[in-house]
Amino acid sequence: MRRIGDAPLIRRLLIGAALVLSALFLLLPLVAIFAQAFSQGVMVFWSNVSNTFTLHAIGLTLMIALLTIPVCLVFGVALAWLVTRFSFPGRRILQTLIDIPFAVSPVVAGLIYLLLYGRNGWIGTWLDGHDIQLMFSWPGILMVTIFVTCPFVARELIPLMQAQGSREEEAAVTLGATGWTTFRRVTLPNIRWALLYGVILTNARAVGEFGAVSVVSGAIRGKTNTLPLHLEQLYQDYNAVGAFACAALLAFIALLTLAAKAGLEWRAARREAFA
Amino acid sequence: MSQLASWRTGSTRVLPGFGLSMGISVLFISLVLLLPITGLFGQLAELSFAEYWAIITEGRVVASYMVTIGAAAVAAIINAIFGLLLAWVLVRYDFPGKRLLDALMDLPFALPTAVAGITLATLYASSGWMGGLLEPLGFQVAYTWVGIALAMAFTSIPFVVRTVQPVLEDMPVEVDEAAMSLGATDGVAFRRVILPHIWPALVTGTGLAFVRSLGEFGAIIFIAGNMPYETEITALMIFVKLQEYDYAGASAIASVVLFVSLALLLAINIWQGRFVRRLHGGKG
Repeated sequence: MRRIGDAPLIRRLLIGAALVLSALFLLLPLVAIFAQAFSQGVMVFWSNVSNTFTLHAIGLTLMIALLTIPVCLVFGVALAWLVTRFSFPGRRILQTLIDIPFAVSPVVAGLIYLLLYGRNGWIGTWLDGHDIQLMFSWPGILMVTIFVTCPFVARELIPLMQAQGSREEEAAVTLGATGWTTFRRVTLPNIRWALLYGVILTNARAVGEFGAVSVVSGAIRGKTNTLPLHLEQLYQDYNAVGAFACAALLAFIALLTLAAKAGLEWRAARREAFA
Repeated sequence: MSQLASWRTGSTRVLPGFGLSMGISVLFISLVLLLPITGLFGQLAELSFAEYWAIITEGRVVASYMVTIGAAAVAAIINAIFGLLLAWVLVRYDFPGKRLLDALMDLPFALPTAVAGITLATLYASSGWMGGLLEPLGFQVAYTWVGIALAMAFTSIPFVVRTVQPVLEDMPVEVDEAAMSLGATDGVAFRRVILPHIWPALVTGTGLAFVRSLGEFGAIIFIAGNMPYETEITALMIFVKLQEYDYAGASAIASVVLFVSLALLLAINIWQGRFVRRLHGGKG
């Protein structure tokens, strides 16, 4: 039986249009990043990457991501457990609240942290009195990164845990398992791939956040410059090849993220086919 | 079964961890998401209403609203069409490279915005691959609002594709077979059968793309040119005020952006909630 859009002409036209537009709009930028980064050869790329300031930016970026992930993981699992395993007044409000970071402009996210914890803010004034500086140093970068990345794990887990229901966990608890054992032996194996994907997304965003971080970091070279901020400085200094060397590193992480997603989806589809 | 917990409805009463997960979630949401927003209101409280109004209606700021909303609207329309095309092709047809195309759809979410920003600026500058082709034809993209719309469209295209795709996948085969066997042409059948079905998802995806475009910063500032009154977006206005240490001005403009995005998010959530309930018979 023929379906809508099955005529060979329409089919070829639509596939052709989708491929050409995607190639121009999505693939070309990706190719351009690596072409620019290696435009003066591998040696220049390498010297750009192994430059002291770049190495420091890489280190800071990785440290921020490594600290962000566990925080988002604990919050994401707790929130997903709460809203999918219990029903209580305010459940929908909680689910809407975690979308705030997706709606708030990154610059506004940085600003609200700066206002509260900066030297003039009501917490900042108190911190200043105790010689603690959060803004324009790495803790500030960490705080805004947690703000912008916190929905990812929860958003991956909630639909999955909702669909799976709580029967298996109830059985385990009824049979006498403790809460922790139930979570570790029953829930965790069921959600591990979604959890992993949530972590990958969190990492991708934590590594690449720009707007929020640029407001609170102060962008001091060799001190509070993350990789995206460093590449902006290089670009503004007309060192395009250096900027694209950093961009290529970040694009490589993005490609790994896409590959991981494709792999996890392929795995899920195969399990469904065999089930 | 605990008596205290008996107000929790459904079959979920036996499970432990209510207190712990509630504690972590509420503490986190309060400290990380809600507390900082109070900082904004604290700053705003130092302004009189007249001062606040003067800041948010200043000519250069109003021009930035126009640029941002106009470019975001154009980007959303482009994405609605392009996103629908991509979702359709990915769901309905088989062709070599389909898996690769599907993976490529998430690139704008995975790629850091600053990377997208410098790349698009380099590609569409007059010396770039695309700019070199387009400028002799009279199309200037970089440093105009077209460039802003392009950068917005790039960063938000996955919203439309990924919201429409699952709805198209779930559509029963019989529906469009019936339409076709009754003799409808492809165009009519698409308009009368497919579009009404995917409409809510398309609106949701386009709405999310629009909200994202309103707040986007990193991908835009490199290609925008940032000329006051012409190619300056509102997020950049906030940033400029901050660099001048004008915290009150930055907060006033930020409050407008924050209010608009939260209102739009709420509207999208309500719209989506209604549509999910309609599909799943009240369980949403």
